[in-house]
Amino acid sequence: MTESEEKKPAKIVLRELQDRIAQDAWDAKRRGEKVGWCASNFPQEITTAMGIPVVYPENMGAAVGAKGGGQRMCEHAEGMGYSNDLCSYSRINFAYTDLKRCEELEIPFPDFLLCCNNICNCMIKWYENLALALDVPLILIDIPHLDAVTCDADRVKYIRAQFDDCIAQLEAITGKKMDYDRLKEVMDVSQRSSRAWLRAVGYMSAEPSPFSGFDIFNNMAVACVGRGTVEAAEAFEQLADEYEALAKDGKSTFKGEEKYRILFEGIACWSNLKFTYKTLQSRGINLTASIYGPAFSFLYGSLDELMAAYSYVPNSNCFERELQLRVDDAIRNKVDGAIFHMNRSCKHWSGNLYEMERQFREKTGVPTVAFDGDQSDPRCFSEAQYETRIDALVELMEENKRKEGGA
Amino acid sequence: MAEALTLGIDVGSTTSKCVILRDGTELLASSLIPAGTGTSGPGRALAAALEEAGVQRGQLAAVTATGYGRNSFDGADFVVSELSCHAAGAAALMPGVRTVVDIGGQDAKVLHVNPAGKLERFLMNDKCAAGTGRFLEVMARVLELDVSELAEMDEKATGNVTISSTCTVFAESEVISQLAKNVDLHDLVAGIHASVAVRAAGLMRRLGITEPVGMTGGVARNAGVVRALEKELGVCIAVSPLSQLAGAYGAAVYGWNKTRRDPN
Repeated sequence: MTESEEKKPAKIVLRELQDRIAQDAWDAKRRGEKVGWCASNFPQEITTAMGIPVVYPENMGAAVGAKGGGQRMCEHAEGMGYSNDLCSYSRINFAYTDLKRCEELEIPFPDFLLCCNNICNCMIKWYENLALALDVPLILIDIPHLDAVTCDADRVKYIRAQFDDCIAQLEAITGKKMDYDRLKEVMDVSQRSSRAWLRAVGYMSAEPSPFSGFDIFNNMAVACVGRGTVEAAEAFEQLADEYEALAKDGKSTFKGEEKYRILFEGIACWSNLKFTYKTLQSRGINLTASIYGPAFSFLYGSLDELMAAYSYVPNSNCFERELQLRVDDAIRNKVDGAIFHMNRSCKHWSGNLYEMERQFREKTGVPTVAFDGDQSDPRCFSEAQYETRIDALVELMEENKRKEGGA
Repeated sequence: MAEALTLGIDVGSTTSKCVILRDGTELLASSLIPAGTGTSGPGRALAAALEEAGVQRGQLAAVTATGYGRNSFDGADFVVSELSCHAAGAAALMPGVRTVVDIGGQDAKVLHVNPAGKLERFLMNDKCAAGTGRFLEVMARVLELDVSELAEMDEKATGNVTISSTCTVFAESEVISQLAKNVDLHDLVAGIHASVAVRAAGLMRRLGITEPVGMTGGVARNAGVVRALEKELGVCIAVSPLSQLAGAYGAAVYGWNKTRRDPN
């Protein structure tokens, strides 16, 4: 590696790694290897260890939304008969399945599907639809909703049986064999990546936070698609080191003074990312707490602990655990307020947000605000409505700071 | 210290309102033009208020803009959200008020006001126009009435025709269906008001209701909606004759607080 390459900032390394992982899938497809479409919180340890390339329709949905194609693709899916009440990631994916092209981003078509419902139970229907439309096999790992604080042995056994069965099915589909020593290595690397990613986002507790919180939405992509690779682990370690150095010097990549620190709840509005970010940044608001980014980290020791780790995905957990995660995050990262995204796409995530917002406000004592939007369908978002709510939140946070200052 | 004149302008979605206060308390002039952001409304409202007060713009100690068009209003010294302004305006117009429901042209909001008259927390409606002033305008048009006639119609109602759709367009169809059945027009208006009241009450219950309760915004002028909301919640709701000006009034109060020696 040359000296100039060594000096590449971690965010560039991560972006290049993301591009390379995507390219690897295309190359594999062209070589005639079997390629899968995979849910974002599917245990990637299986496919990484078996050397099976997979791509992620959810990531494609986010990227297409961010690049301005969300509305066109969603409208195409609605023309196919899909309701606009469905998730915009799924509609973009259905449109792509029909059109076989997308000017913003394309992914290789799948030979099999890997679905895991820990991030979203509705996703099962999305993937069943794909299986029918594309006539490819679907492998589902069903993670039961965790209605307790911890994942018990029965749940672990249930998930483990599916994990083992998934490996057997993939061996049959792809002709590749699982090497359990390699699986152990991938698990170790995944731990390394997850710990580094958590260490990086952990620096948000510094004052000021060493980075603009919206960077999480960019950097998390590799945490999702490549955390089982050594390159990802190294890139996240570099990212954490960079943040550590910035925090030590009291510096930040956030543009301007960090006047207010907020928790941002929910998926980003990819189609309106610039506006939602600029509205906050121009008012000195930095995102210093979010459940979304750290959600793509899984800490475990043994294989059984891996099963439990995949049931701790925030969307798969009981309300009490979900609430506590946010309250702890807000307190640890010293937020002045919170913004709740009522995401039309994500019924699962938005369904309990009225109550989540109320209890969060009561437990933390910080002002909160909710706005309507969507992860990749810009038709559900109003700039003026968003701006008014943010202005009112700033006024409340300003008043609280004035009171704290004894003015 | 010489007297200070402050002007508040509320550039709303359907109307523009101006208030000029002397020393943050005495109402010197007000104006209301039925044209909102992006129209000639804000300029006309400003000119009308200045003319009524007999002052030039240069004589004002502060101009504070609020409402949906607040950021596009030229020359404001301060720009403040309508949430804070409605809280300040309601507290000035209805002293002691703790919960304020404001139903404007395109949104509904509930505010908690602290004993000092400042915004404490708030909730706004989500997703659609149902339960807002626009909803009432659409319904009035279907009934071939002016929106100002709705309260009087409601007063003569003997019953209440249920309008249950939460979508404005669906509710419009529902009203048209009821008209086709020749239901009593007064009862139908009462049903429309009840529909708005139920949605506002839901929002208020979510935030919590601390009495005394007051109402601001254009819809507060509609006694039918106020009655329906009182009935739904079982509380008395105070309404000021200047309720529609509450945002502009609060903006003028804000400007006064910012410019005087002790801003607290």
